[in-house]
Amino acid sequence: MHKEALVPYLLLLGDSALVQGQRLCEWCGRAPAIEEELALMNVGLDLVGQARNWLEYAAELLDDGRDADALAFRRDERAYRNLLLVEQPNGDFAVTMAKQFLYDAWHFAVLQGLAESADARIAGIAAKALKEVTYHLRRSGEWVQRLGGGTEESRQRMLAAIPALWRFTVELSAASDHEVRLANAGIAADPVAVGAAWLKQVAAIFASVELPLPKAASHFYLDGRKGLHTEHLGLLLAEMQFLPRAYPDATW
Amino acid sequence: MYAQLVETGVKRIKSLEEMSPEERNFQEKIDAEIKIEAKNWMPEAYRQTLIRQISQHAHSEIVGMLPEGNWVTRAPSLKRKLQLMAKIQDEAGHGLYLYSAMETLGADRDEEIAKLHSGKAKYSSIFNYPTLSWADMGAVGWLVDGAAIVNQVVLQRTSYGPYSRAMIRICKEESFHQRQGYEMLLTMMRQGTQAQREMVQDAINRLWWPALMMFGPSDEHSPNSAQSMAWKIKRQTNDELRQRFIDQTVPQLELLGCTAPDPALKWNAERGHYDFGEIQWDEFYEVIKGNGPCNQERVATRRNAIESGAWVREAAVAYARKQQNKNAA
Repeated sequence: MHKEALVPYLLLLGDSALVQGQRLCEWCGRAPAIEEELALMNVGLDLVGQARNWLEYAAELLDDGRDADALAFRRDERAYRNLLLVEQPNGDFAVTMAKQFLYDAWHFAVLQGLAESADARIAGIAAKALKEVTYHLRRSGEWVQRLGGGTEESRQRMLAAIPALWRFTVELSAASDHEVRLANAGIAADPVAVGAAWLKQVAAIFASVELPLPKAASHFYLDGRKGLHTEHLGLLLAEMQFLPRAYPDATW
Repeated sequence: MYAQLVETGVKRIKSLEEMSPEERNFQEKIDAEIKIEAKNWMPEAYRQTLIRQISQHAHSEIVGMLPEGNWVTRAPSLKRKLQLMAKIQDEAGHGLYLYSAMETLGADRDEEIAKLHSGKAKYSSIFNYPTLSWADMGAVGWLVDGAAIVNQVVLQRTSYGPYSRAMIRICKEESFHQRQGYEMLLTMMRQGTQAQREMVQDAINRLWWPALMMFGPSDEHSPNSAQSMAWKIKRQTNDELRQRFIDQTVPQLELLGCTAPDPALKWNAERGHYDFGEIQWDEFYEVIKGNGPCNQERVATRRNAIESGAWVREAAVAYARKQQNKNAA
């Protein structure tokens, strides 16, 4: 029934979580403190787990012989549907945390909506994910505050990180036609409500440490929902997909 | 074994008669299997030996994240990626746990980590070997964690309470990792392609001997063992543990359908143990000295993580202070 609209939406959710999780894996052994090694890997683990749930559902709906792994490891960048924000390079810890926070605030609002979804499968996955993302958001929000309100250096780095990422936030309050249809049917999260909740959350954390809130970003050409990515995604996938691509008949 | 070659600084073990009343009281407690706790009196050399051993152990957990971190972005399925991420996360947790145990002895975590970064403190030699294929993730789980468990199971009875309790907790998670690593290899061997089976055998060929070296020098070249055993920090000798590891691992190797890179490996019915070939001790001492294949990269990565993260930690401290002042006002 909603399959044509639902699959791209599940891919948006799954691919975003997977790509964000992949970026967190890159931090392994390189975090500023051991506690952060633990936390970054913990958040990444949650996200890859969520990605697997969304992709499994997408694969069932597609019913074309592909499973979640095939969707994760055999799709090219033009077929990936993740948010542009999450594919951005890690940069320094300020970029990583600003990116995580902007994503978490969106993710939290989306999952809150999805926990009430008319699709019971979606509601179930979202309810579990929401518990995890509540923690992610708390943590990343606190890091934005610590860095924004910490030392002069950390503040300068956070002030540099925000504008570098901000243009990609246009996608966080956007929606495709099929998302709007799904939202009207009570299946997807309401994009207008998500955009508003996201902005409120971001504005509150920024204001708490006097970080200026940039004006709303505007759309320009790139669009993760259409598979129009930045040049960063191709490299990320080349690394992530190397083994299944090189050994297509292998069982791991 | 995660801590090899721990100096005790003791040339000769004292008899009870030679000991001061405090020392004798301490040794009698040890002999009666009463755990030593943080506030109890202990010989300074015991304290220092434990600080060295537990910090080496903690450093090993942290440096040990790197060979696996090398493949976490390239894990071949979502399931394997999740397993590896969970494992690395556990290792960071073990590191924290061990640093806490070490701090009960009055040592400072940052100071001990600085020694690691300056090359003064050691960590397990095994993490100086590169991970060159995905099969290494299975082989590390099976052989390296397997060797660590053989050692740590015994350390659950080590005489220092906080260390012993850390080991009890850590062992539970390690056995899980080891089974997972073995299952990865078994899957590749039984359901995989010829290329995958070759990958597994190659990983075993490269990691077999380094895993055996994890137990440290042979007993005849282990001058610190006697004192560590008398203090019951160590409960069994390097060679005993190494033999136990080989005896339990060879049947697993056969079940995989793989071989060990050791032509001398053979069941000895008379001894009831496997005989095995001579370890390349030159290689072992070179790696321990810092001249192994990845020593420079491993230490540089850790040093760089902590140095380039200094501004983050400073920010956290500054922000906490500001919040405190705000709350006080």
